[in-house]
Amino acid sequence: MFTFLSEVLPTFLQQLINGLTLGTTYALIALGYTMVYGIIQLINFAHGEVYMIGAFVGLIMVSVYEVNFFMAMLVAMAVCVPLAMLIERIAYRPLRSSTRLAPLISALGVSIFLQTLMTLIAGPNPKGFPQVIEDTIYIVGPVQFSLVQVIILVLAGLLMVLLHYIVKYTKMGKAMRATSEDYETANLMGINVNRIISFTFAMGAALASAGGVLVGMYFNSIHPLMGVSVGLKSFCAAVLGGIGSIPGAMLGGIFLGVAEVTGVSVGLGSYRDAIAFGLLILVLLFKPTGLLGKPIQRKV
Amino acid sequence: MQAIIDITTNPYYIQVITMMGVYLIAALGLNLITGVTGQFSFGHAAYMSIGAYTSALLTKNLDLPFLLSLLAGGLMAALFGVILAVPSMRLTGDYLGITTLGFGEIVRVVFINMEITGGARGLAGIPRSTDLTVVFILVVLFIWALYRINNSRFGRALAAIREDEIAAESMGINVFLYKVESFAIGTFLAGISGGLYAHLLQYINPADFGFAKSFELLNFVVIGGLGSIPGTVLGTTVLSLAPEFLRFVKEYRMLIYGGLMVLMMIFRPHGILGGVDLGRLLRKVLRKKPPAALSGGN
Repeated sequence: MFTFLSEVLPTFLQQLINGLTLGTTYALIALGYTMVYGIIQLINFAHGEVYMIGAFVGLIMVSVYEVNFFMAMLVAMAVCVPLAMLIERIAYRPLRSSTRLAPLISALGVSIFLQTLMTLIAGPNPKGFPQVIEDTIYIVGPVQFSLVQVIILVLAGLLMVLLHYIVKYTKMGKAMRATSEDYETANLMGINVNRIISFTFAMGAALASAGGVLVGMYFNSIHPLMGVSVGLKSFCAAVLGGIGSIPGAMLGGIFLGVAEVTGVSVGLGSYRDAIAFGLLILVLLFKPTGLLGKPIQRKV
Repeated sequence: MQAIIDITTNPYYIQVITMMGVYLIAALGLNLITGVTGQFSFGHAAYMSIGAYTSALLTKNLDLPFLLSLLAGGLMAALFGVILAVPSMRLTGDYLGITTLGFGEIVRVVFINMEITGGARGLAGIPRSTDLTVVFILVVLFIWALYRINNSRFGRALAAIREDEIAAESMGINVFLYKVESFAIGTFLAGISGGLYAHLLQYINPADFGFAKSFELLNFVVIGGLGSIPGTVLGTTVLSLAPEFLRFVKEYRMLIYGGLMVLMMIFRPHGILGGVDLGRLLRKVLRKKPPAALSGGN
């Protein structure tokens, strides 16, 4: 009992904080997947690349133009938002009434294209992210956390609250929810569905590029293929939480982040990339539509 | 003429064509699962890796005959295909897709962490037993078998499941059983393909069978034309040779490849041969010819 209080509990709390930090970045990216999926049932595989490009734009802003961190994040958003809208316009919109797999292949094509483009521009090696935030460490009781972690948690939290506000209380959000409920009926009710879809991609890209800059700052290293594994894991998080559900993506992201960090700390480090997928399969076997997903109705 | 002789005697070209055949076998398996039965599978490369490691370890460590080890690899892959398929048949569409993708990644990580497979260093020193003849015979055999499947009661049941699962079920088709069987056959082919792959390159590494390879296989099938065997053959041929033809653009190769994928889907969302019945087309051409010749005579 005594060792539990003095050793196990602090370690657990420490891992919980590290996991939360990682998890909120997953959640930021997962939101983009889940919103797009909720509206057009597309797994937007290029989303991970939007996140990667966001990180690179952030890097250029802080290292070349030496702007402060928040400015860099805003510029990253300003670049990624039109990029995502352009991707949607070119690669997905012509395929909207097509088979399920066609836009998926198109998304993979975009993803390969952007990865190669970035590798050509920046080179294949990881780039260091300059230390933009002072490395202050706070110690509260047995647990320590850095300023970077606080900034990530606060900013990601704020962005999610903002997203929740937009989706829940604005006219645009109402139109989004209507479109995701029933695409055709929303169209018939006079909602400009194309605009809503563009807007959804834009919001997803804004969150993902913010996530990219935050992750670059947290891990101090970015590279052109960083979007692949993080993208997949975030997608996992979105499915785990119930794809199409916004709170589900937040929950799934945090859940995965905490699980991954805990897994590594109990000695499963070499299985790190399998933890997310293992959990996902386990959850889906018991809840086939994720933690907060609505059950699929079989209709004739 | 000289060009033909060059291609058929150049060991490099033979290697490329053999590899194409190896991928074709895996793609045919995926076509049965995704194209014919309509079930997403985003982890097909994982079954290739299971077949590859099984057969490579059998020939390398136990000196088993090559063909026997291929069969063992195929069966092992099919076993895992069934193990994954049985619980996940409750899932539909994208949920099934992401589960198979996750399974693929787990298999890769497990192979990296296993002792006997050589871990992340990969497995080297596999005897080179795959040649063009073996691959060619197997490709012909499997294409024949898959045509037979497609035109059988079993194949029609699979197509019915793809078109409308509920309708198929209410017509008395055991949807669950047929889906699992389709997975078993598809993953068996992937396992065979993996065994051939291992004995062709003589070296395998878990990184060769990541999700990128799974999506490459999916690409072959979708761009060729989902559900169409000639489409899968064409898609695999074009796409596995494309990197060779695109060599002259050097580092822009993958850029163009990615761009082409997008364009392909925009202009032919059902794939090159999607919705094209080659047999009917051929008969039409053949039937039209004689009258044309006759009228020419008059």
